Formats: sequence, structure tokens, C-alpha cells
Amino acid sequence: MSQVDTTTNAGQLLAAASGGRRRLGDRVFSRTAVVAAVTILALLAGVAIFLVSEGFPAFTASASELPEGKSFLDYVAPLAFGTVLASAIATAVAVPLAIAAALFITHIAPPRIAGTLGYLVDLLAAIPSIVYGLWGIFVLGPAAVPVLKWLEEKLGWIPLFEGPASATGRTMLVAGIVLAVMILPIVSAIAREAFAQTPRKLTEGAQALGATRWEMIRMTVLPFGKSSVISGAMLGLGRALGETMAVTIILSVSGAVSFNLISQANPSTIAANIALDFPESSGLAINALIATGLVLFAITLVTNMAARAVIARQNHE
Amino acid sequence: MESATVTDSPGLARPSSLLASGAGWRRRAKDRLMTVLIAGAFALAMIPLISLVYEVTKRGIPGLNLDFFTEDARGVVGEGGGASHAIVGTLVITGVAALISVPIGIMGAIYLNEYGQGRLRRALTFFVDVMTGIPSIVAGLFAYALFELFLGPGIRLGVMGSVALSVLMIPIVIRSAEEVLKIVPNHLREAAYALGTPKWKTIVKVVLPTAFAGLVTGVMIAIARIVGETAPLLVTTGVVDSMNSDPFHGRMQNLAVYAYNEYRSPGVFKQAAYDKAWAAALTLIAIVMLLNVAARLVYRRYKTEIR
Repeated sequence: MSQVDTTTNAGQLLAAASGGRRRLGDRVFSRTAVVAAVTILALLAGVAIFLVSEGFPAFTASASELPEGKSFLDYVAPLAFGTVLASAIATAVAVPLAIAAALFITHIAPPRIAGTLGYLVDLLAAIPSIVYGLWGIFVLGPAAVPVLKWLEEKLGWIPLFEGPASATGRTMLVAGIVLAVMILPIVSAIAREAFAQTPRKLTEGAQALGATRWEMIRMTVLPFGKSSVISGAMLGLGRALGETMAVTIILSVSGAVSFNLISQANPSTIAANIALDFPESSGLAINALIATGLVLFAITLVTNMAARAVIARQNHE
Repeated sequence: MESATVTDSPGLARPSSLLASGAGWRRRAKDRLMTVLIAGAFALAMIPLISLVYEVTKRGIPGLNLDFFTEDARGVVGEGGGASHAIVGTLVITGVAALISVPIGIMGAIYLNEYGQGRLRRALTFFVDVMTGIPSIVAGLFAYALFELFLGPGIRLGVMGSVALSVLMIPIVIRSAEEVLKIVPNHLREAAYALGTPKWKTIVKVVLPTAFAGLVTGVMIAIARIVGETAPLLVTTGVVDSMNSDPFHGRMQNLAVYAYNEYRSPGVFKQAAYDKAWAAALTLIAIVMLLNVAARLVYRRYKTEIR
């Protein structure tokens, strides 16, 4: 960092010392760079401002003018519940798998193929969400039906698997699993980076003291990567909260607020609700949908800022 | 990395079992068990990738024929017709998004790496990270709200989709460009300054050419990330059956929304519509994979060797 700063200063001094023509070029170029920087910040601010201004009418409108004849809070609450539920399932499924995948790539697989394996995991992030949606409803959903039935029969006493089991697989559990696959690469990439940076003296020290590989992982790699894994999980959660198409396609929605993960009646999510209703809406219904988008924006913003704060604090240490 | 091989070599593993004496087999068994569990979890995570690629290929091929690439869907019911309007729309919308995002993103990265100081730099670094987390549907709503303000409610334009995609693409471009500029060694800049080169010329003639392959790779990967976006386009570019290549007039179809729409409203001839949806999905995956592979090749072929 300090090295960059000295060069910057040296460059500025030189530029200042040389002729006026050069200074003009420098001024134009550096101004352009600053304008680009400010544009990006303005864009983010614009997202917030336009969502607030277009969403605002829905906050003040009376219940009878809004879709479903509910006040805005009553309208958005079940959607927010569905969003958080689907994302919580996704995170709970994805994080252990992502940690295992990262450990496998960094400490277990032969180093020769580790790079290729990492690339394969990253490929999961490259697949468009619409394709995940189609795969979820045509392939995973039908394949999951017998599993859902089994869960209902054997574990039906747990409220999560109360049933009746869906006959199509368009359930919260399946949607959550597809979301888990979608966020796995980002969680795994962050965990992988941290695990690979575990200081040699710790890992080799542990082995020199007679630790087996698992003991080495448990006592050095996992504690070292802990905060990275936490921030990665939060970033993954943020992704899952905002993911639209997979849920839109897979989930069969009824507006019910329930923890039942395997039935046909599920709460929708904010993003899926927008994608489903926006194309056919007009007037105040549009404002209401934009207002729910604002709520989603706020939720993801808080999640992401918290994740970034964890990363920043850790880099500081 | 090498630690893995160290454990495997019997010469080093033996002392540990000697030290642990009686309990050694238990620890070794646990080590084996955990290794198997971790490898199993990795395999489990790979199943969706394999299944997805297999199913999309298998189900996509029946719908892929010449018509798919040459015809649009105007007045088509059931079989026949194609997605040429969606392919053209995808290219136009993504192209305009790249035209907006690449200059802003790369100049932003130049700001961060070459000029930035103090609060603006810190704010930009932080908020670019935050921007990478904006849900794509929210970016779409933003573009809609922006254009609605000027052009009235219900507006749908190709360029609105491009603006929405830019919100998603700029942070990806700026992140990757910043990484690449960071690894351009300082002695190159210092050498240019020592010859009396002004700073802007140093950046244009020394820094950017050195980083060129990395910048191109970053842009291609960013395009690959947004080319398959559905949600933001669903609320901005609308759905249409006929060809439109003008981003500033009227609705514009694209491959992702086309696939969604064929699935969502298949009409009477369900299988024909589903075939088209899968064909569009396969085309999208092919585009994304091509961009990813091309990006790697560009980087390998053109990267500057830095000594």
C-alpha cells in the first residue's frame, strides 16, 4: 500500500513539474476516473432513491387499494417469511457441503487435480438461474417425491415434515435445495481461499506432533478459516435471499405462512412474487411490488454489509 | 498442499501411532472416516452439476434445429417457429449493457488503483462489494422505476434491460479489473515516470497494455455472468414474439425470458413448448461455457509475462 502511495505522489510531483499540456491530459484523465467512481456510487444511491420514490405510494395507500386488499405490512410479511425460510434452508444445506468441498480441494485431493476440481465447483456459479429452475421442476422435483413421502411417513411428527407430501415436488424443501446448489460455489470459494492460507507452520507443526490429517484439519485449518466461513455463509445467504427465477419456477405458492417444508401450500418469496405478478400488474399494484423490492433490497444490504464487515475486521487483524 | 502427501507417507505416520500407543487405531479410524465423509460430501456437491449438464443436453437437443436459429415466434402455435428474435435480443441487450459497464467499470478500477485516496476510495471499495450482493430482480425494478419516471407507466424497452444488467455487471468488472491492475508491478510505472512520462500516459501506454489480457478475461467472465439473467429482464424488456433489434423502441425478447415463457405458458402443445424452453436453456449454457473457456484461452495466450 505505502509503495503505491509513494509512486502516486512521485507521479503527481513529476506531472506537476512538467509542462502545461501534460497537466491538461492528466487532469482530464484523473477527472474521468473520479467521475466513473462517483457514477458508481450515484448508481447505488439511485437504486435506493428510485425504489423509495416508486415504492412510497404503497406505504401510504389504504388496504383496500392494495393487491389482495391487505395493508402493505400484511402483504409483505408472509413474503418476507418465505424469503427467509427458503434462504435459511439453502444456507443450512450449502454451508456444510461447501466446507467439505473446500477441505477436499485444499487438503485432501491430490494437488495435481485440485485446480480442476475448484474450477468444477465454480462452474456451478456460471449456470443461469433459469436453467436451475427448469432442472428443479423437471428433474429434481419429480425425483424428490418418494423422499418427501418417506419424510412424511417416518418423520411426520416433526412440524417441518408434517405433510401432506406434495405429489409434484414443488415444495419449499426442493426450492431450498436448488438454492443451496446455487450458493454453494460462493461459500466454497471463500472457504477455499481461507483454508489454503492456513500457515504452513501450523499444519506441519500439528503433523510433526503426530496429529492425523483430520486432527490437523480440526485443530488448525478449521479454526483458522472460521471467520471466513462465517462471512462466506452470510454472502451465500444474501445470494439466496435475492434469488428469483429458481424459486419462481419451482415453488407452488398459496400464501400460507407455515414451516411445513414438504407440502403443496407454501409461502412465496419476495423476489418470486415480483417475477410472478409484475408482468400482469398496473397502477398501485406496481408500487406495492416495488415497495416489496425495497424491503428485499434492505434485507440483502444489511446481510451483505454485515458479511463485508466481518471480512474487513478479519483483514485488519 | 504438500501436507496431504506427508500424512500419506508411512515414514511419518508411524511415529504418531507409536506416541498414541493403544488409542492410535481409534484416531486413525476417525481420520479415515472423516476423509471418506469429506470426499463423499464433495461428490454429493458434484451430482447436481453432472445431472444438470446431462439433462439440459438430453432435453435441449430435440428442440435445436435450423428454425430455432432463423425463425421468430410470431403467430406460431405449437411446433415450428424459432428463437432468432430472442437470440438477437440477448446479443443486443447484453452488448449495450457491456458498452455501459466496461468503460465505467475499468475507469472505476483505474481510480481505485491509480488515483484513489481517502474517503471516496474507501467508500467505493466498500460499496462495490455491497453492489455485488444486489438481487438481480431489484436491479430490474430500479431500471423500471428510473424509466417509468420519464416515459410513463408500463414502459418496456431493450435498453431498460441493459441498464438493469449494468447494475449487476459494473461491480464484477471493477472487481476483476482492480485485481489485474494491482498485479502490474510498480517498477514499470516508476520507469515510465523516470522517463518523464505523464501519469495518464503511463496508465494508457504502460499499465493498461500490461494488464490487457486480464482485463479482457474479466470482461468476458462478467458478460458470462449476466447473459443468462432472467428476472431483471422480465420486468424491463417484456415479452414479445417478433424480431426487434432496436433497444430504444418497443419490447425485446431474450433467451432466458423466452425459456421461462415457453415453460410458463406452453399453450396446448406442451411438449413442443418445453422442447423450445430446453433448447433455449442449452443455448444459454453453451454461450456461458464458451465465454468462460474463451476467457481462459485469452488469458493464457495473451497474458504479459512480468519479470
